[in-house]
Amino acid sequence: MDKQVARIAGIAAAMMTLSLAPSAQAQSKQLTLCWAAWDPANALVELSKDFTTKTGIAMKFEFVPWTSFADRFLNELNSKGKLCDLLIGDSQWIGGSAENGHYLKLNDFFDKNGISMKDFMPATVTGYSEWPKNTPNYYALPAMGDAVGWTYRKDWFSRPEIRKEFKEKHNRELAPPKTLDELKEIAQFFQRRVIDGKTVYGAYVYTERGSEGITMGVTNALYNYGFQYENPKKPYEMRGFVNSPDAVKGLEFYKSLYDCCTAPGLTNAYMQEGLDAFKSGQVAMQMNWFAFFPGLYKDPNVGGEKIGFFANPAGPKGRFTQLGGQGISVVSYSNHRAEALQYIKWFAQPEAQKRWWALGGYSCHKSVLNDPGFPKSAPFAQDFLTSMGMVKDFWAEPSYAQLLLSMQKRIHDYVVAGKGTAKEALDALVVDWEKVFKEDGKI
Amino acid sequence: MSESAVTVNIVERAARATPDAVAQRVRGLSDRAIAWLFISPAILLLLAINIFPLVWTIRLSFTNFRANRPNAKILGVGIGNYVSVLNDPDVWAAMQSTAHFLFWTILLQTVLGFALAWLVDRRFRSHGFWTTVILVPMMLSPAVVGNFWTFLYQPQIGLWNYAVQFLTGVPAASFSMIGSVKLAPWAIVVVDTWMWTPYVMLICLAGLRSIPGYIYEAAEVDRASPWRQFWTITVPMALPFIMLAVLFRGIENFKMFDMVNLLTNGGPGSTTEVASITLKREAFEKWRTGYSSAFAIILFVTVFGLANIYVKALNRVKSR
Repeated sequence: MDKQVARIAGIAAAMMTLSLAPSAQAQSKQLTLCWAAWDPANALVELSKDFTTKTGIAMKFEFVPWTSFADRFLNELNSKGKLCDLLIGDSQWIGGSAENGHYLKLNDFFDKNGISMKDFMPATVTGYSEWPKNTPNYYALPAMGDAVGWTYRKDWFSRPEIRKEFKEKHNRELAPPKTLDELKEIAQFFQRRVIDGKTVYGAYVYTERGSEGITMGVTNALYNYGFQYENPKKPYEMRGFVNSPDAVKGLEFYKSLYDCCTAPGLTNAYMQEGLDAFKSGQVAMQMNWFAFFPGLYKDPNVGGEKIGFFANPAGPKGRFTQLGGQGISVVSYSNHRAEALQYIKWFAQPEAQKRWWALGGYSCHKSVLNDPGFPKSAPFAQDFLTSMGMVKDFWAEPSYAQLLLSMQKRIHDYVVAGKGTAKEALDALVVDWEKVFKEDGKI
Repeated sequence: MSESAVTVNIVERAARATPDAVAQRVRGLSDRAIAWLFISPAILLLLAINIFPLVWTIRLSFTNFRANRPNAKILGVGIGNYVSVLNDPDVWAAMQSTAHFLFWTILLQTVLGFALAWLVDRRFRSHGFWTTVILVPMMLSPAVVGNFWTFLYQPQIGLWNYAVQFLTGVPAASFSMIGSVKLAPWAIVVVDTWMWTPYVMLICLAGLRSIPGYIYEAAEVDRASPWRQFWTITVPMALPFIMLAVLFRGIENFKMFDMVNLLTNGGPGSTTEVASITLKREAFEKWRTGYSSAFAIILFVTVFGLANIYVKALNRVKSR
């Protein structure tokens, strides 16, 4: 009896050893990549299969919805967690992550492996990789180019009766707007119009309060009216730049667009709400990130011939758009740094970048973007190129979160809640930001 | 063999099986020591998850510590954070929002809760079924409640707006409960009242059922009217229970976060930004750990102080 028990125990132990051995081996050859849960993440899963095939390193993904993306992964970094080996973090995180040692500095690795930042679009290198800005210190590889753009209902714009009415009213053809004033005019024209028996609205703009939504929306008007974050000649001097008369006009414009031409109830709306509003046929024009455009183009109800795209229209002081997108970084607390760097090396190759674009990701690599066939490779490709040539980004300082939340509050208070004036909102914003930079010892 | 004989047998066997050294050690323990032995896991747990974080928070509140800057030098700032919190107009705005929310939710829930309890206590036909139905909202998760009320309040598809249109003729799409500065504070009051009135009702019902029937019989013999019975018997005898319900709801709503966060996220602007949302933003979005620790301590002391005063009042009422 005892012999039998011993035999069974021996077999069980052997089986356990056998079953654990390969899994332990696989575990050491596995990378975890952390990012937001959205369309491009699915494309990356597909793309990464090539990496696994080539290297034998398995890929695991941690995708978190945008609403909790920053909370989740900034907590992870701050607690020096080992969950993520690779992180595609927001562009504004670069300052804090570099200064606090969360991201590995990649300069030596790039030099050794022949990865040149000159192969990537300059705006994306500055936006996603460098800290301090405009210095050759790299903490990420530009991974996902993105900017704010617009979609519109091409099918509505091309209806003869609508075109005729618009021309009679505005003495010009109904076409994608070239200026912000034109955009507002079109939005007003469509506001509460009945199309196919349904009341529709003019435009969808970002109004979200909690994370970054309204800031990412309002800057598309502010930049084009002359808002600047600081004196270009004297860093951190903000009075007269953040709250300049031009900036005030820009903010007033955004509020007027929100008041006149958006659907009721969209008082706390960001990317997903915009997609819902557009897909359900509620709005004529939608502000949103380019990252969503491949998915919208494929949408059976509003995609294909029904949808058109345009880059952010110009304002009185120029044409700019808000930078989105992210770089891919190696988390310094990772136990699999070598494999993570191997992934970066593979991802930087032109072949991988070409496939990345083909699958629905936005490559920042010049070999993809400067390809003569690129502008016609997708209906939104030319607008993406145009946008990437005129992007501006929010502060990427280590205190970016404080700066961002102050702006969220001041702008939302004015635009959505209608408290005070645009001048008061921007004056208060300057006071908030000065306080943050004083605490940081920068002014 | 009898049952007692079996028990004795088992005890004897257990005693014999216990090694002498262990038996001596256990026998050597005093009652007090054994009591400590039993409660020590609970005390350790309490120290680890309640007292230690509290002490740590107090310590952090006197520093400039930021959790997102682990490499930065931590400096003592004295009572600087407390002064900053108390001088911050945004904090006072949040406290005002909290006070508005607290006052109206407690008032409405107490009045409605007591009224419902009084009705249910009439023991009408199928009152048991209706009691269960009334209790359903408080059994739901605040996250679920927040999400589905967001849909109910949606101006274009929300049932709330259509109900208002049906009753008043105001077009459904012409107003937004959670998007309007005037309506949003009431929107959160309505949802909290809907969810928690049953809880107040339950406590009040316990109070009403604890009133002995003979008191009413005596009052009827004295020809007291139902109105007089209500004010001189029902209300005074149920008052400690009502006060207890107010205390529970007051503490809960002072730290209200989840439901408001899901419904309005503090907006529009900062209209419904109650204190706990401000605290969360300072602590986990702006990462001003020292500042937010001071804010948390101030909130804690406020709730603790108010609750203590209230409990003393409650005890006075009970002793009358």
